[in-house]
Parts: sequence; C-alpha cells; structure tokens
Amino acid sequence: MTDASVPPAVSIRNVSKSFGKGIYTVPVLDDVSLNIDRREFFTLLGPSGCGKTTLLRLIAGFETANAGTIAIEGQDVTAAPPFHRPVNTVFQSYALFPHLTVEQNVAFALVEQGLAREAIRTRVGEALEMVRMGAFARRRPAELSGGQQQRVALARALAPRPRVLLLDEPLSALDLKLRKEMQLELKQLQAEAGITFLFVTHDQEEALTLSDRVAVMQAGKILQMGPPREIYERPTHRFVADFIGDINLLEGEALPGGGVRLGPGAVVPLTCATPGKVTIAIRPERARLATVGEGTLDATVIHSAYLGTAMLHKLGLPDGSTFLLRQSESSGPPPETGSRVGLTLPGEAIRVLLQ
Amino acid sequence: MNPRRFPFTREISLAVMAYLYVPVVVLIAYSFNANRTATIWTHASVSWYGRILENPSIQAAAWNSLVLAVCAATAATLLALLAALSTRRDFLGRGAAETVLNMPLILPEIVVAVATLLLFVALGVHLGLTAMMAAHTAFCIPFAYLPIRARLDGMSGTYEEAAQDLYASRFRTFRRVTMPMLWPGVMAGFTLAFVTSLDDFLTSFFLSGPGTTTLPVYIFSAIRSGISPEINAISAVMLVVSVLLVALSFFLGRLRR
Ligand SMILES: Nc1ncnc2c1ncn2[C@@H]1O[C@H](COP(=O)(O)OP(=O)(O)OP(=O)(O)O)[C@@H](O)[C@H]1O
Ligand SMILES: [Mg+2]
Repeated sequence: MTDASVPPAVSIRNVSKSFGKGIYTVPVLDDVSLNIDRREFFTLLGPSGCGKTTLLRLIAGFETANAGTIAIEGQDVTAAPPFHRPVNTVFQSYALFPHLTVEQNVAFALVEQGLAREAIRTRVGEALEMVRMGAFARRRPAELSGGQQQRVALARALAPRPRVLLLDEPLSALDLKLRKEMQLELKQLQAEAGITFLFVTHDQEEALTLSDRVAVMQAGKILQMGPPREIYERPTHRFVADFIGDINLLEGEALPGGGVRLGPGAVVPLTCATPGKVTIAIRPERARLATVGEGTLDATVIHSAYLGTAMLHKLGLPDGSTFLLRQSESSGPPPETGSRVGLTLPGEAIRVLLQ
Repeated sequence: MNPRRFPFTREISLAVMAYLYVPVVVLIAYSFNANRTATIWTHASVSWYGRILENPSIQAAAWNSLVLAVCAATAATLLALLAALSTRRDFLGRGAAETVLNMPLILPEIVVAVATLLLFVALGVHLGLTAMMAAHTAFCIPFAYLPIRARLDGMSGTYEEAAQDLYASRFRTFRRVTMPMLWPGVMAGFTLAFVTSLDDFLTSFFLSGPGTTTLPVYIFSAIRSGISPEINAISAVMLVVSVLLVALSFFLGRLRR
C-alpha cells in the first residue's frame, strides 16, 4: 500500500498505558500498535472509555506511555514534551484562549515558532479564510457560537502546518445539522491542506463517511483496522459487527466435515478452522427471501417497514430469535405480515466471527 | 407578597445596614464640622482636611502606611502566587500546607503580634518599617492566596495543554496563558492584602519604632489626647482610599475577562 522507504506519519509500537499505582492500577491501553500513512484520514472508533482519548494524548505528549514507542514521520518522540512534537490538537472543548482574540489565538503557535510579523499576519489570514472566519478576527472566543469556535480551533491547529492533526471528537458538541456540514468541511480541508488527520469518534456513521481507514477499539485494544468498506462488510469480531451498522448475529455449530449448522436441517456451506460453537453475521441487505422450504431457513414475517427505496422486514426464526432483512424494491413484491417465507443466506455474505 | 420570602426581610436588612454604616456616616459627617469639639455640630467646613494636609506627622504616618502596604502586599501576593501554583496538584501534605498558609486568619492577632515582638527583640532585630514589613507580609499572605487559589481552581488545565501543544515551552505557557488568565485573581489578592495592611493596628503598634508610626497607630495616639475632627478627616480619607482601591480592582478584573 505504501512505499516502504517513506516512514509512516505516525507509528505506534506496542504501546501500553495504565493509570494509578499499586492495587489501584487501571490498565487503559494494552499493547497497541498501528501505522498511519501520510495524508491519511485515520479514525479511532470505539465506545466511551475504550481509551481513544488516552491514545491521542500519548501521541500529543500529554501522557507518557508505560511501554512502547511512538514515532512521527520516522522520528522517535516517545520522550519528547508536547511543544517539541510536530502535531497539533483540536480539543473536544476547543480550549480557545479566552483572553486572546480569534486572530491572536490563531497566531499563538506562529509566534512560538518565531515567524516574522508579516508572515504571521499572512498565515493567520489564510488560516481564517480556510475556515471562513475572516470576518471574526477581532472577536473574543466568548463572542462566537459553538460552530464558529470549532472553526477557530481548527484554524489555530492548522496554522503552524503540523505533520499530523489530532482531533478528539471535535464535532460532538454541535447539533446534527451543523455536524453534517462540518464533516464535509473537515474532509475537504484535509484534502486541501494535505495533512494527516487522526480523528477520534464514537459515532460509527461519522467514522465510515470520513475515513480512509478506521481502527475499532474496545477496552484498550484495537480489534480491527481497515478501510470503512472492509470494516463494514468483513467484520472479524462480534464486537465490531455489533458496533457498526445493523447486523444479524446467529449462533451455530461448525461441523467437523465443513459447514455450519444453524438449526435442524439448516446448514450453510462455510469452512471454519476449528469445529464447535461459532457466531456468524450477515447484514440485512445481504440476506434474500425465498419460497418456503427452498431457503437456508424458514421464517415468519413479524413486521415490515417501508424505507422509501426498500422494505425492512423483521422475521422470526425457528429458535425464537429475530432476523432483520432489507428487501430492495426491485426484488419482487413484499411478503405479507404473518406469512411464512424462506430465507437464503448466501455463503459469501456470511462472516464467521471471533468472540 | 412572595410566599418564599421570610417576613420582615426588608426591615431586618435595613436595620443591619444602619447598624453597620451609621457610625461611618456620622464620622464622615463630623469630619466636615467646623467646631473644634468633635461632638458639637456648628456649621460645615473643609478646614480639617486642610489641617491634615499641613500636619507633618500625619504626612509622615500616611507615607509610612503607604510604603508598608505596597511592599507587604507585593511580597505577600508574590508568595501567595507561588504557593497557589505549587499546591495546584494533589500531593502528600497538601492539606497541611494549605492550613499553614491560612493560619493567620485564625490565630489571634494579639498573640502573633506579641510573639513577633518578643522574637524580634530576642534576635536583636531593629524595630521599625522593615520589621513591620516582614510581619505584615506574613499575615497578608492568606488574603492574597484565597482569590488566586479560587481563580486557579476554576481554570481548566486544558488551556495550558493547548499552549504546549502549540509549541509554547513551560515558561512561555506560564507567561502567555497561565498568568494572563490568573490576572484578575492576582489583582483581587493584591488589593485585599493592601487594604488589610493599610488597616492594621495591632502588629504595627507593637513593631513600630520611633519615627515609623503608621496612620492607624497615629490615630490611636492622637485620640488619647482628645477626639478631634482632624481624626475624623483622616479616617474618612482612609475609608475613601480603601473603597476606591477595591472598586478599581473589581473593575480591572471585569475588564480582563
Ligand atoms: N488521568 C486518568 N486517571 C485515571 N484514569 C483515567 C485517566 N484518564 C483516563 N482514565 C481512564 O481511562 C479509560 C479510558 O479513558 P479515555 O478518556 O481514553 O476514553 P475514551 O475512549 O476517550 O472515552 P470517551 O469516548 O468517553 O471520551 C477510562 O476508563 C478512564 O476512566
Ligand atoms: Mg475521549
């Protein structure tokens, strides 16, 4: 995927982090390794408390790792203080300096970098234009709306042209409409500025729309890492499958001779490494309706909802569990509520999951 | 009537106000009394204000008080600032350190004043302005510390992280972010310390040497040879100066926000 001679933008090797001492030790990150390519939009996705912020703070230099190394563009920064790292952060609370104007906020890092007064003025102007906040240069942060503060925070972090921009749930304080707008703008900005973005969110939809690659975290570990499509279509873990989008999880038994048995007479042609209990997953849009008796399983239609371009059916399976099926409009007339249908689970659409 | 209000709230408030301020108002009123006897009103005059301006011992005492208050308040504010910054993080003995810092608020001043006097005499320290500065600095520290500490507690550490993230070293972060954000607290602390020092009688009384009388000490000795309208005038001036200072620091604090 990348040229091996160019070191990755961010390289994290076997990083572990725990807080507290003695019996009060709380492990937060457990042997995390990842590489982020240059100009990549990389997202850490996971539920609250899984360690996303901690990982970001380790990269920014606000925390020190207990073990492992962190390198930025090939340069080891594991022990470097935050002000010696070529990364900038957009804080969740924005952290705009209340005693400085918008302009002075954006100029903050440029002054520290020792740029000439003229150069600073030009750069501040450019950065504010980029986020369309030029008209607000003389205001104080307290005189701005949430979305405007968000933009200033972005301009302030981008102005010194960092190698990597770290964003910790930067959109979570905005309302839904503004959030969608800012998502598009972020993506555009990233393409224009040509900077590596490391983005943190617990919103799976946001992660899938924005990212080049996503890492799904749970309890201090990275479970799966890959492009959004791969994460969505080929989840490896039960947790990942469950966390992202609607999915049907079915318990089955892998047979020694190949195939997974889901119930009496219902065997799907899959090969598993080891026989025994397994969980399989299939997306609602990948399952198909069939005539009774001709599918993998038989089911009862419990409820149907019209979604505009498709129908979503809730089916009852023989073992009492429910199954979601999304039927596109072109695939024939919808079955009636209460009727018996067949259910086909195509082998290539089924994922066998790790626990 | 508002059902949630206690009955007679207004009446009680008025009574408390009168209780607090009638003496002060009487004092100020009589400072404009032309009569030499402070308690008999004849007609209005500002002559006593002219008299205190001409009196060299009052001038000297006022100057001493001012120098003492500026030096003690500055030193106390600096120490309080250092103390507040170093007790920011939790550490073993933090509670004890804070108690020691705030001790002058609780200890009876007369005991501390006598103890300081005995110590200074035992050590052979020359009594006078320097000795008073040392003692005033000590008891002014909590007055400067409390507003600074309150300001610091209300300040999230994220701002300093943001500054370091934007390439400011620890020192630059302190100069460009911590200090400006702390400034209103420092101003308030300085003013409180200044007014406390200006007002102090006991410690100054014990530690002042010849020629280093402060205004409160002067007023005390003058009053022993009879109450004169001159004293009313000095007291009124001190009152106005204190109120103006507090108001000024309040407005400066607001402006910085
Ligand atoms: N300074 C700290 N001291 C002790 N524990 C901490 C500290 N910071 C974080 N933790 C713990 O580490 C765990 C992970 O925290 P972290 O802030 O990284 O989660 P997160 O994934 O960012 O969650 P969220 O989505 O809620 O922001 C939490 O259980 C938290 O309680
Ligand atoms: Mg977080």
